[in-house]
Amino acid sequence: MGIEQKAGNMGVVTARLEDVINWSRTNSMWPMLFGLACCAIEMMAAQAANYDMSRFGMELMRASPRQSDLMIVAGRVSRKMAPVLRQLYDQMPSPKWVIAMGDCASCGGVFNNYAVVQGVDEIVPVDVYVAGCPPRPEGLIHGVMTLHEKIKQEKLKTWA
Amino acid sequence: MNENLQAAVDAIQAEFGASLQTFRGEHTLILAREQIAAAAQALRDRFQFEMLVDVTAVDYWPQEEPRFHVIYQFNSVSHHGLLRVRVPLSAAEPKVPTLEGVYPGANWYEREVWDMFGIQFEGHSDLRRIIMPYDWVGHPLRKDYPLGYEEVQFTFNFDDISLRKPHPKE
Amino acid sequence: MTEIREVSVDELRHLVSDRARSGETMLLNMGPQHPSTHGVLRLLLELDGETVVSCIPDIGFLHTGVEKNMESKNYQQAEVMTDRLDYLNPIGNNLVYSLAVEKLLDLDVPERAQVIRVILAELTRINSHLVWVGTSALDLGAMSLFLYAMRERELILDIFEMCAGQRMMTTYVRPGGLWRDVPVEFEAAVRDFLALMPARLDEYERLLNNNPLFLERTSQIGIISKEDCLRYAATGPVLRAAGMAYDLRKARPYSGYETYDFDIPTETAGDVRARYLVRMAEMRQSLRIIQQGMDRLPYGPVRSNNRKYVPPPRSEIGVSMEALIHHFKLWTEGFSAPQGSVYATIESPRGELGVFLESDGGPKPYRVHFRTPTFPNLQIMPLLSRGHFVADVVAIIGSIDIVLGDADR
Ligand code: SF4
Repeated sequence: MGIEQKAGNMGVVTARLEDVINWSRTNSMWPMLFGLACCAIEMMAAQAANYDMSRFGMELMRASPRQSDLMIVAGRVSRKMAPVLRQLYDQMPSPKWVIAMGDCASCGGVFNNYAVVQGVDEIVPVDVYVAGCPPRPEGLIHGVMTLHEKIKQEKLKTWA
Repeated sequence: MNENLQAAVDAIQAEFGASLQTFRGEHTLILAREQIAAAAQALRDRFQFEMLVDVTAVDYWPQEEPRFHVIYQFNSVSHHGLLRVRVPLSAAEPKVPTLEGVYPGANWYEREVWDMFGIQFEGHSDLRRIIMPYDWVGHPLRKDYPLGYEEVQFTFNFDDISLRKPHPKE
Repeated sequence: MTEIREVSVDELRHLVSDRARSGETMLLNMGPQHPSTHGVLRLLLELDGETVVSCIPDIGFLHTGVEKNMESKNYQQAEVMTDRLDYLNPIGNNLVYSLAVEKLLDLDVPERAQVIRVILAELTRINSHLVWVGTSALDLGAMSLFLYAMRERELILDIFEMCAGQRMMTTYVRPGGLWRDVPVEFEAAVRDFLALMPARLDEYERLLNNNPLFLERTSQIGIISKEDCLRYAATGPVLRAAGMAYDLRKARPYSGYETYDFDIPTETAGDVRARYLVRMAEMRQSLRIIQQGMDRLPYGPVRSNNRKYVPPPRSEIGVSMEALIHHFKLWTEGFSAPQGSVYATIESPRGELGVFLESDGGPKPYRVHFRTPTFPNLQIMPLLSRGHFVADVVAIIGSIDIVLGDADR
């Protein structure tokens, strides 16, 4: 890979801590298996053979919030589900990110009524919104890549 | 109308004082609420309406008398017949006897009607909310319940609405 | 943030055995976030060791207020909501809603539209069953089948996208016909799919049918009798797997299903495996129906000519003043339906899907109610799971093929 030449005899590579940490975070991001509605079916499609999200180092969907660091809110969130969603978010260990997948999760979508939370950003802080009803699997993958870009910009002093 | 359905409609009309409406080839019997349990029993036992496929309601607010119609769909699997029964209820006393004893499947449907319309089913074994959260106030499908429309954010009013919206913390 | 108020055992005492209150049995909460509940179903299980004593389903976590929301939209606008109910059967939902509106308005549908509707509805059935076979086999540990089934599903979605421009939420079937005619590539795509699919189904069956693990996990699990199905109004593959050949496509035919030649697959065991076999056989029957549909696909218009209810084709608007007026009226205030109420049904992949539509004479439906198949099918969960192990509950949930959007609406 050429890393041998760079490392020389010492076996040492120098890089910025920020870069190394951000790199490791982006390439082993474990999303939480959290399907709510129609968008979840497209999320499944994104993981299946044709779209194969695991090319980006995220094939491991974890069913437990304790083991995951990315929450993909795939679908509409009802008022009954909202407290549950927040509790799951609170159970995830930091650092954690949220992708609002689909119009419903982003802004309520076609359902502007008593039962649906008008965007999950009312409950949890959202990093990336993916538009579409449902977004195509490519859309979701693009959302994840965007999140990777965002994480790569993170600075040491903001971790605190 | 096939024979079995005709017989059922005639019998319910004669015995329980129901009136018949026909619209687009569908038959609806309008029945007083005291009669519904006995009529359902007759439909199941004598006319092979084995399935109660649906229970729902319609709210005619602001009309008070009757304010609600509870709607039952009976299906006869062996005779391919479909029969609808409407039970008018007044706003003052939205109560109707449960059909759980005749059709156990009515259990959840009646819970849903209770949840959504606040119509009580007397004698129901488990009348809890089924769809809305346990501590929800009101019955959403009533016509006097607001739709709960939230203003949509556009570029020109984005900041205004953003101020009012809840913003969660990490 | 509001706290989650929980029901206490006291409130549920009529549903659990007495032993739960003394602490002898354990109450275990499964869901709403659980990988095997196919969405957001919550089950409260009373367990004696590993054995389920009673099971209390709790639904409503995906309640979307569709019925109320549709009351505030006119008939054309309301249709977009129907796709999102049962998201594995969007065309079926459009179809049943359109059938109800057509019944209410007494609209005719041209022959070509009828045939395309049938083809698409059957494709949706296969699509839904594919997702079902993939996910429920995944729950039982057969990962590869999930990948295979999703691969085939993409072919169907490509056909939908070709017709409607959307993969899932097509809103393609409209009252009075279809949104537009199918593109020229449609025929070749469907024929390719028909040629490919039987071999793929054989492949799935080779993987599962005699797989000892799968047999062990599914035979004699979650048994329900025909009578119980009827008492609880459970329909669809659940009823057919219990030995009753009841299918609305035969019992109350719509869209010309009476002219197609197909069988109703049934089994008698009534267990998880029987439901699996019924669905696999149904996919083959659907292929047969699609084949017949393709062979007879007539040429002609795909939308009704009744300009009072159905918008005129785009090409006419430029040349005909009348068409322009109709178009304008229909897309601004909509049409007014006659007063009355109708109930239309179709056989969705999960059972009887019905729409109750009441009109007060205005441009908006006064009340729309969906009789969805998942709702009563879920109600038999306590019956099915009693006496089985917790691990079997996963198989049982999979076997009744729940879609929570369908149950909660
Ligand atoms: S955005 Fe569309 S596809 Fe996604 S959950 Fe909402 S309605 Fe379903």
